[in-house]
Amino acid sequence: MVDEEKLLLTGDEAVGLAAKHLGVALGTGYPGTPSTEILEYFSEIGGKAQWSPNEKVALEVGIGVAFAGARALVTMKHVGLNVASDSLFASAYTGVYGGLVIVSADDPGLASSQNEQDNRRYAVSAGVPMFEPSDSQEAYDFTIAAFELSEKWQIPVLLRMTMRVCHSRTIVIPKKDLTSKNPLGYVKDAQTRVLIPAYARFAHRRLRKKLGELKEWSEDCPFNFSIFKDKSLGIITSGISFVHTCEAEPDTSVLKLGFTYPLPIKKIAEFVNQVEHCIVVEEGDPYLYESIRASGINVDGKDESYRFGELNVERVRNIIQKKPESERKIPPGKPPQLCDGCQYRIVYDTLSRLGCIVSGDIGCYTLGVLPPFNAMDTCLCMGASIGVGLGLRHSLSEEKARKVVSVIGDSTFIHSGITGLVEMVYNPPPTGHVVIILDNQTTAMTGLQEHPGTGRKLNHEPTNRVVIEDLVKAIGVKNLHIVEPRLGSDSFEKLLNESLNKEELTVIIARRPCLLASKKLKKYQRCEDVKKEVNREKK
Amino acid sequence: MTGITNVLIAGLGGQGVLTASDLLAFSAFEFGFDVKKSEIKGMSQRGGSVSSDVRFGKKVWSPMIPPCEADYLVVLEPTQIEPNLFMLKEGGLLITPKEIDLNKLPGKQTINSALLGALSLFLPIPVEIWFKVMSKIFLNEKFEKNKVAFLLGCDSFVKKPVNVSIQNNQL
Repeated sequence: MVDEEKLLLTGDEAVGLAAKHLGVALGTGYPGTPSTEILEYFSEIGGKAQWSPNEKVALEVGIGVAFAGARALVTMKHVGLNVASDSLFASAYTGVYGGLVIVSADDPGLASSQNEQDNRRYAVSAGVPMFEPSDSQEAYDFTIAAFELSEKWQIPVLLRMTMRVCHSRTIVIPKKDLTSKNPLGYVKDAQTRVLIPAYARFAHRRLRKKLGELKEWSEDCPFNFSIFKDKSLGIITSGISFVHTCEAEPDTSVLKLGFTYPLPIKKIAEFVNQVEHCIVVEEGDPYLYESIRASGINVDGKDESYRFGELNVERVRNIIQKKPESERKIPPGKPPQLCDGCQYRIVYDTLSRLGCIVSGDIGCYTLGVLPPFNAMDTCLCMGASIGVGLGLRHSLSEEKARKVVSVIGDSTFIHSGITGLVEMVYNPPPTGHVVIILDNQTTAMTGLQEHPGTGRKLNHEPTNRVVIEDLVKAIGVKNLHIVEPRLGSDSFEKLLNESLNKEELTVIIARRPCLLASKKLKKYQRCEDVKKEVNREKK
Repeated sequence: MTGITNVLIAGLGGQGVLTASDLLAFSAFEFGFDVKKSEIKGMSQRGGSVSSDVRFGKKVWSPMIPPCEADYLVVLEPTQIEPNLFMLKEGGLLITPKEIDLNKLPGKQTINSALLGALSLFLPIPVEIWFKVMSKIFLNEKFEKNKVAFLLGCDSFVKKPVNVSIQNNQL
């Protein structure tokens, strides 16, 4: 029978558990696969966690928590760190007081993302130390180590995870005697935390000094270690690639890097000297390979074809044996599609029928690009629909420009569509513009998370609601319509046609709760009603 | 790799692939195996293909089953056999709803438990452990229904000659 001390957790849950054990004061983030479950789990086991409107705000709240001397955990998917990068670079300069750990959950293989960017590059670029766990036990252990390191060097720390580490269940043995820390209290320190040029010049030097010390620390830390076996070949690896390597080459010597910025160059050189031949096995960009080669150490890397997609045991074997990619043809699975009865089906049917040029956005509704609708022309990143749509309107011929529509979801609109709408009012195209906000009252794509427009917090308890139509009106959009697209009714089509012909600025909010969420929405409403009832009786 | 049992569970979003793989992974864990379970979700709720790898044995490294190394392929939806068949090793066992008497199933949603019942015949994990884990995953009435489905799966499969048997690695 299984030992009571052992748990079978996903990497995401392991980070949430470590945060709970460390007494993290606040977890913040924006939902994004594969990072979403970290804060959900942290909240479920009693931690205080909240969704922010976007990753930049989430990180800034986290920085504030850390300035106040408490511990903050900030989570996001890889592309979220692009949004938060301004704050990341600045916080590397200011440093922190309480611990600040930022989780970047990367998606090599694009299971549910628009790109395969390798966020290890951010650690180097911003100058923040980085851990890369290989499984759930390391996700737990490295979260603890990251907070300790963050507090010791007063620096934000990047915990870089990937899809398979986040979503795989593996065994975790939690630590017994972790003590959660009380906040250190507030200390005013404007010279450190106000980045005017006069102070920031010192801040940059202070950061480089910390990174120099961390480089030394990296050499001796327990997270970078060698396993010497057969020395005819040595493999340097990190993250998920480590476990694939151990299975593919059980008898080969391995240098396992868990702390990957700053890199332990001396340790790497020693390892390379001990083996006859050395190859770097890593998923995504050749980050380790390039850094090691740039230090003058002769190692081999993978073929360029292995930059794409996730690695697995077979691909690792091929990398080591310098074989080309397997030519096995994998039959395609069934692609995802909009649910039967989803209101977006009606919207895309209409857009398709009217021959609109659709500037789309990120969410379930991106599926409007696929047959039978084929009703999306562009989709780049969160919030891009409005700006790109305006650009199209500015430069296309008048006849074509009149057909351009921007389509954006409710959560995405709050994330980064608001400034696009401000641009529309400030620099209106000659033909006007039409923006459709698909408001299904949840963040559906990532698994039905709350957002400021739902009026409920991460744990589904009620809070203030940001009213999307009030926001649209306040920005100064002339025409605002709120509709519920319905099968068998042509009112949505009529409205869209009228709006396109008007050549004015129009926002149409197409509102109906997501079908998958409606059961849950009723449950939350019942909970609220019961609470109100109880309070009334108390009075 | 020797000593590891690899089970691939596949189906469509919303069918309970992830619940089934959790049930298997936690049962193997409860029995005392080292376990790794991996999955790709994210877009799965939209009815697309979903699959989950469960690996257990004395020591498991990678959470992903290498192609052509699955000992068992459990498929919840016949259309999902073809896209996943390349994962099954030579001599591996395919378990599909065809094996189950669907008329006796206590609800469409319990097909995953029935298929795991069939799978359980080949694994060393005793039925009490399966039920213990099941009672944590499903509540009250759902638990009872899934128990019935699991046992139905056990019965459906023994009646048929099985062409492949795989030696499970005991601890």
